[in-house]
Amino acid sequence: MVPLSYYLVLSGILFACGVTGFLIKRNIITIFMSIELMLNGVNLSFVAFAAHWHTLSGQVFVFFVMVVAAAEAAVGLAIIISVYRTRETLNVDQVNLLKL
Amino acid sequence: MTQNPYLWLIPTLPLAGAAINGFLGRRSSKKAVTTIALVFPGLAFALALKIALGFSSATAPYVFQLAHWIRSGSIGLPNYFTADFAFYLDQLSLVMLLVVTGVGFLIHVYSVGYMSDDPSYYRFFTYLNLFMFFMLTLILADNYLMMFVGWEGVGLASYLLIGFWFTKDSAASAGKKAFIVNRIGDFGFLIGLFLIIQHFGSLNFTDVFAKVAPLGVESSGPGLLTAIGILLMVGACGKSAQIPLYVWLPDAMEGPTPVSALIHAATMVTAGVYMVARSHVIFERAPIALTVVAIIGTLTALFAATIGITQTDIKKVLAYSTVSQLGYMFVACGVGAFSAGIFHLMTHAFFKGLLFLGAGSVIHAVGGEQDMRKMGGLKTYIPTTFTVMLIATAAIAGIPPLAGFWSKDEILWKAFEANPAYWVIGAITAFITSFYMFRLLFMTFWGDYKGIQVDDHGHAHAAHAHGDHGHGEPHESPMVMLAPLMVLALLSLVGGLVGIHHGFGHFLEPVFGEFPQAVTEGSGNTEWLLMGISVLFSFGGLALAYILYVSKPYLPEKISTSLGSFYDAVVNKYYVDEIYAKLFVKPLVDGSNSILWQGVDRKVIDDSVNNAADSARHVSDEVRHMQSGNLRSYAGWIAAGAAVLIAYMIWKGIRQ
Repeated sequence: MVPLSYYLVLSGILFACGVTGFLIKRNIITIFMSIELMLNGVNLSFVAFAAHWHTLSGQVFVFFVMVVAAAEAAVGLAIIISVYRTRETLNVDQVNLLKL
Repeated sequence: MTQNPYLWLIPTLPLAGAAINGFLGRRSSKKAVTTIALVFPGLAFALALKIALGFSSATAPYVFQLAHWIRSGSIGLPNYFTADFAFYLDQLSLVMLLVVTGVGFLIHVYSVGYMSDDPSYYRFFTYLNLFMFFMLTLILADNYLMMFVGWEGVGLASYLLIGFWFTKDSAASAGKKAFIVNRIGDFGFLIGLFLIIQHFGSLNFTDVFAKVAPLGVESSGPGLLTAIGILLMVGACGKSAQIPLYVWLPDAMEGPTPVSALIHAATMVTAGVYMVARSHVIFERAPIALTVVAIIGTLTALFAATIGITQTDIKKVLAYSTVSQLGYMFVACGVGAFSAGIFHLMTHAFFKGLLFLGAGSVIHAVGGEQDMRKMGGLKTYIPTTFTVMLIATAAIAGIPPLAGFWSKDEILWKAFEANPAYWVIGAITAFITSFYMFRLLFMTFWGDYKGIQVDDHGHAHAAHAHGDHGHGEPHESPMVMLAPLMVLALLSLVGGLVGIHHGFGHFLEPVFGEFPQAVTEGSGNTEWLLMGISVLFSFGGLALAYILYVSKPYLPEKISTSLGSFYDAVVNKYYVDEIYAKLFVKPLVDGSNSILWQGVDRKVIDDSVNNAADSARHVSDEVRHMQSGNLRSYAGWIAAGAAVLIAYMIWKGIRQ
């Protein structure tokens, strides 16, 4: 059996990748994907703990996270499309005004 | 008493008049304003007459409780305190009631003529009715607190009316001066009231006097009652224009003449005398306070009379004369002859109201001129005004058997019994009074008219057209102004007769009781002698004035130049205004400028507010850079925040 620490390390690496991408990338889509990566890093630690402690709560929590992530993706992508339509760019450095 | 349930209506009626005219007067016709302005005080006067006719000494004092006002503490405990909207009717307030409503109504009638061309006609009557309300509240009050409300209210009305022509700078500042000087007096009055509450637990006249009555006369030295008495006198000094607070009254002549007659001669300024007389129970037990009252009264009487000699403004002469006559009333109070003081108050209201209204008629006749040097010879132009002015002058000069003779004589007699020194000064003042009043009369009505005369004699009638003031010959005032003059002249003629055999004093006896110091009734010869001397003095003043201003008109100038700097000092009112300005006003203004404005206001208050705003701006100047609008910097802040949070949690974990 794979020890718990492996999962946690992998989860940490995934999360760190997400944070890094979130901070350094300029494209909104990429930032969006980084957020998904962070969420899934956390999800991985949830299921790892759930399996380790033999409880279901962690797994239930993951479903919640996935539902929220799906909703967020729907709304987020809609915003991104709208941003692209109005500004013709997806570079966040150029999207710094609320008002056009 | 059947008639007295209407007592509360007497002050309320003028208030209703003031309210109606105040709210609707601007849009109403002048006729409607006049009707309302006259009907309400007239009704009050009628009611007062009705009450006076049905008045019986047996049921006085009568208290009518209208409503509760202040109740605190619990019944039976020492902390129980009440002050109610209640009215108090006894002989004293009845006399005041008749004087105020009667003279007040006459002056309202007169004002209809005098103010007829004023654009703020309705405003004038609103204030005048408001004044009546407050004055009647003052004299009908059942406790010191209600009295104080009236006291402040008449001050307000006085301020509004002195500054009635507020576009004129001098009128506006005269109003302020009156108000501020009165505040100083009110300060003393208030502290006196606080002392009364502190020690007697009530402001109700009946309660306070019942508690004071058993206390002995403070003959050994000053005590509580002396302190209260002197503080009340400070208040009276402010309202009744006594030394050292008299300075506002001459300036108050900036107001319209009917105001000078009503407020600054007949009624409001006598409020101080009324208050002292009302508090006679306290004063009788505080001989030192009484002496203070008497000395202030004598000094003021003499001091103001000497200033009166030199004034050339017809209203200023009358103003100083008022101050001087009020001094007489305080002398009377100070020697314990309260009824004599109230008697003089009443006769003074008649003849001084008449003098002011007559002066108003003169001013009206010569087109707004107030300088007596530019008048003269008016007796042929305005004979009616001349006649009434002659009566009033004779009355104030103390020529028998006119009103002023009786009351002044009674005061002088009582003053002589108390201390001949008071009598000497009082008699000298009577002489001076007679002199300057006849000086006024001779300067105004004798000799030749020295005013601007545009028309020749043939066009004299054209000058009667209204709105023609300042042109043409002096013209007689309309009937609406003359009628009140005639009524007051009648009162000045016969008003003193109630004092024969001290009848007036006996009427007030239930209020003032027997004065503790036994009055020697047997000194009839002295009384006659004193009367003779004062009559002699009155005629002496008349004669001197006649010599100086009619038969040898070149003499006054010679005398004044020979007196040199002393004369200058008197003309300049002894430089009292200047001294006050140097001693009090300038330090206050300078202190306010340098300490309160530059120091406290600008350095402390303004700076603390500005600094708070500045530091907020500086901090936010830094902090606002966080809000760049750049998404990635937000992300950075979130990450940094998360890192700090995690670091904190790890640190906490390690510490455990």
